[in-house]
Amino acid sequence: MKGLDFTSGAELLAVCEENEMTISEAMFSREVSKFGANHEEVWNQMFKTLNVMRESVERSQTDELKLLGGYIGGESKKLLSRLKENRPLGGMISRACAYAMGVLELNASMGRIVAAPTAGSSGVLPGVLVAIDEDFEFDDESLISALFNAGAIGYLISRNATLAGAEGGCQAEVGAASAMAASMICELLGGSPEVCLAAAGDALSNILGLVCDPIGGLVEYPCQKRNAMGVANAIISAEIALATGGVRLVPFDEVVAAMYNVGRSIPYQLRETALGGLAAAPSVKNIKPGTGCAACGACK
Amino acid sequence: MKELSVFDIIGPIMIGPSSSHTAGALKIARVARMLTQTRIVKVHFKLYGSFAKTYRGHGTDRALLAGILGFDTGDYRVRDSFDLATAAGIEYAFEEMDGETEYHPNTVTIIVTEENGNVCTLRGASIGGGEIEIHELNGCEVTFSGKNNAILLRQKDRPGVLAALMRVLGDYQVNIVNMNAYCEDRGLTGFTVVEFDGTLSAEAIAEISGQPNVLSATFIKVK
Repeated sequence: MKGLDFTSGAELLAVCEENEMTISEAMFSREVSKFGANHEEVWNQMFKTLNVMRESVERSQTDELKLLGGYIGGESKKLLSRLKENRPLGGMISRACAYAMGVLELNASMGRIVAAPTAGSSGVLPGVLVAIDEDFEFDDESLISALFNAGAIGYLISRNATLAGAEGGCQAEVGAASAMAASMICELLGGSPEVCLAAAGDALSNILGLVCDPIGGLVEYPCQKRNAMGVANAIISAEIALATGGVRLVPFDEVVAAMYNVGRSIPYQLRETALGGLAAAPSVKNIKPGTGCAACGACK
Repeated sequence: MKELSVFDIIGPIMIGPSSSHTAGALKIARVARMLTQTRIVKVHFKLYGSFAKTYRGHGTDRALLAGILGFDTGDYRVRDSFDLATAAGIEYAFEEMDGETEYHPNTVTIIVTEENGNVCTLRGASIGGGEIEIHELNGCEVTFSGKNNAILLRQKDRPGVLAALMRVLGDYQVNIVNMNAYCEDRGLTGFTVVEFDGTLSAEAIAEISGQPNVLSATFIKVK
């Protein structure tokens, strides 16, 4: 496996076919061959990462969270308690969304999260992983592998486009996280590499153009609910790809290129500057950047 | 193009809320800590651009102090760094530098005073995704990433100092990633930053410190 590498979705599929590998195996092999890292160290680091993700979901439900901005807070617990007492609208999706929102609350209260791929999109992967694991009961090995699969998708998006909201808007952050999660779910459920990439491409396509317009410049509102949306989009995209197979009118690499081009044409005001979009809405436009609810008083 | 690791994508493990304003800020301050030889008694942070405007809402202030205390980006103690710094006898202040600046929008200047009276000034920028760059050391413009372990050499501005440094690094099989030499005071003093793969033994550092015309050698260990 010496020198195994890929720089596009097409190359990744070729590597998988040639070596009869899954995407996660290809990404793991790339990591080991590219960085001369020890197999066990790489595996254990991802196990640690998985456990921090699990811990972030757990702590979002058990800790008393004091949020820096205070524009959000407590939504996740409310969702979960509603789901206990009522028939959920979205089954596993509703639970996964609630977990993802909790991770964003934890993040905004200076809790420990995994940037995946960014802090602003850190709820999507753990939300999906924890909820799907509750239903399907995977072993740790499968979940660790799944993160290598997700990492491959994120790597390709980062290499060929961007993962920064300041460069590409929310589509580059929650869009990428959603694509990573969609692909990851497909591999967990036995989908081929082609199916994984199709799911990732669909997930990214669905969020194409989404701007980054955080209220007061903080990673709270609307980021938290956009993470929930990223979760739902990932699960739906995986479901569609698992049912319809891996062939798409627009292949993954071209979706990534489109996302980058769209990102570059998003005006500066809508790329993490808090100058446009929701951040400039009349009800919140007087909030000073970086200050919390207490300093604003908009809702009295 | 920089090669991306899977842990650049799924990582870092960090205290929120922002990789640039929290994790990156902490890393810059941690480099400042590395430059000290004795206990830090005082630290002054000058915040520029977006750091000046949004530091409270991003916990940038607590992250910077946590870096001075030497904490990791994923350490829950980051939250309590004000109290922990006070308990450690560190006096601290934050100054918002308003107005236009040519610096990167997420920039901080850190002035550290040590117990022995030494004062060290460092300016760094958080350039996204938790990645940082150091742009100024004690009044001299520099560029290094703080991503690799590095050695910071202060030397008399004489011929042969760098050759001696290279020889020692070669003897210890150190693979250099990046190297820059700077004049502090032409003909008198200068310094050199060498970033490298792997680590450096105390023995190697002592050998570098002992070379002719070397004033000091500081190992900046970031991983």
